[in-house]
Amino acid sequence: MEFLQPTTWDEALAAKAEHPEAVPIQGGTDVMVELNFDVRRPEHLLDLGRVAGLDRWEQNGDRLRIGAGVTYARIIGELGDRLPGLAQAARTVGSPQIRNRGTVGGNLGAASPAGDGHPPLLAADAVVEVESRRGIRMIAATDFYQGVKRSALEPDELIRAFWLAPATGPQYFSKIGTRNAMVIAVCSFAVALHPGERRVGTGIGSAAPTPIRAVAAEDFLARELDWDAPLDEAVAREFGALVGAAATPIDDVRGTAAYRRHALAVMARRTLTWAWRDHRGPGDAENPGRGAA
Amino acid sequence: MRVSFTVNGSRETVDGVWEGESLLYVLRERMGLPGSKNACEQGECGSCTVYLDGTPVCACLVAAGQAEGRRVRTVEGLAEGDRLAPIQQAFVDAGAVQCGFCTPGLLVQAHDLLEHRPDPSDAEIREALAGNLCRCTGYEKILDAVRLAAARKAGT
Ligand SMILES: Cc1cc2nc3c(=O)[nH]c(=O)nc-3n(C[C@H](O)[C@H](O)[C@H](O)COP(=O)(O)OP(=O)(O)OC[C@H]3O[C@@H](n4cnc5c(N)ncnc54)[C@H](O)[C@@H]3O)c2cc1C
Ligand code: FES
Ligand code: FES
Repeated sequence: MEFLQPTTWDEALAAKAEHPEAVPIQGGTDVMVELNFDVRRPEHLLDLGRVAGLDRWEQNGDRLRIGAGVTYARIIGELGDRLPGLAQAARTVGSPQIRNRGTVGGNLGAASPAGDGHPPLLAADAVVEVESRRGIRMIAATDFYQGVKRSALEPDELIRAFWLAPATGPQYFSKIGTRNAMVIAVCSFAVALHPGERRVGTGIGSAAPTPIRAVAAEDFLARELDWDAPLDEAVAREFGALVGAAATPIDDVRGTAAYRRHALAVMARRTLTWAWRDHRGPGDAENPGRGAA
Repeated sequence: MRVSFTVNGSRETVDGVWEGESLLYVLRERMGLPGSKNACEQGECGSCTVYLDGTPVCACLVAAGQAEGRRVRTVEGLAEGDRLAPIQQAFVDAGAVQCGFCTPGLLVQAHDLLEHRPDPSDAEIREALAGNLCRCTGYEKILDAVRLAAARKAGT
């Protein structure tokens, strides 16, 4: 095995072009488990931990560009106000030690259907910036996930950053697991209100071969929501039902398909109710919010 | 390959490191620092927790080469000479140690918590220690130890 340690992005791209089978390693919280358990024995490990700039984020026009090497801990600490949905998801990842190392870039690289970063990225229309020596590609999150642990990334490409706009409305993330830390999601759900466009974005985790949006549920809300009124209970319920119906879950050790569909319907209704409470502001008697949800 | 980094204040260099090896393996098997424990090798138990450039991480999930040139502080580096660090003394006094396997990781993680939150709430303690498993104590005495260390810190 060879340990490649580029210090610039160009060097990293050159190394990946020369050794397309090289396994990139960022926080190592997925890669090292595979190495420790002999699941993988790559010829080359490509450490991205020293690539200058990969651990930075910046505001670029009306969007944030967040380097693939920004850890969950930093997303929570530095971007929690601008990206509340992603920050909530980040808070549920593993443990403090895992969040100190793990990155959204690595979550995208692993492309697990259970990755907690994905639902909020889908709900907020994130775009993934990938690059090889052949050029840059901007891939919408919806097109990035292609199969179980398979992404649109070509062998010679690396993830450089992901882009998304700071929240313009309330965002929530919800996740089912057996305890409050260190759990792979049984299923998860993210919602993002885009009040300017009178649109609601969604993301479902761990309930289909890839993370997905609940498109029919989004369309339903675009038609039915009255943005100037309290949330109609029937609309919230139907939204939940449509989210549950969008999933194609399986039975496995973590839960049954039926349970996942039910849980998604409940999470979708609740998160929409919480988001609507924030959207309408306090004093909306017909929308009592979290406690009653 | 050769890997060189600072451990508990002293610069160490080791040769013959396998490229896929973890920092935990290097510390335990090549540098004679068995304080950090190897229990799961998959980030689940926290018994290998060390500071890497001042941030607590699972040493089993850091590739050895990623530590090159960095600063590592292990449980062996918490005490000052013969004097235990306050959090270590508190673990002893509160009876927070049974088999002791989880202790080194918990000490580093709790040490970091008290650096940032000298007077943590119970919820904050639980959250900070959520990635450290203990099969013996039932955690109550560990919480006692952290509260004790915090109280002593406030008293001095
Ligand atoms: C104990 C434990 C608990 C966990 N809990 C959770 C959880 O609750 N939720 C969750 O979603 N995940 C969880 N994970 C999985 C893991 O922490 C996340 O997937 C994390 O986001 C991975 O980030 P990383 O930087 O550590 O990735 P790495 O392990 O470094 O890489 C992950 C994958 O991405 C590839 N990769 C990394 N960077 C790039 C890049 N720039 N370009 C192209 N490919 C790249 C790697 O080759 C690898 O395939 C957990 C892991 C552990 C060990
Ligand atoms: S040995 Fe590293 S977390 Fe368990
Ligand atoms: S004291 Fe035995 S595992 Fe914690």
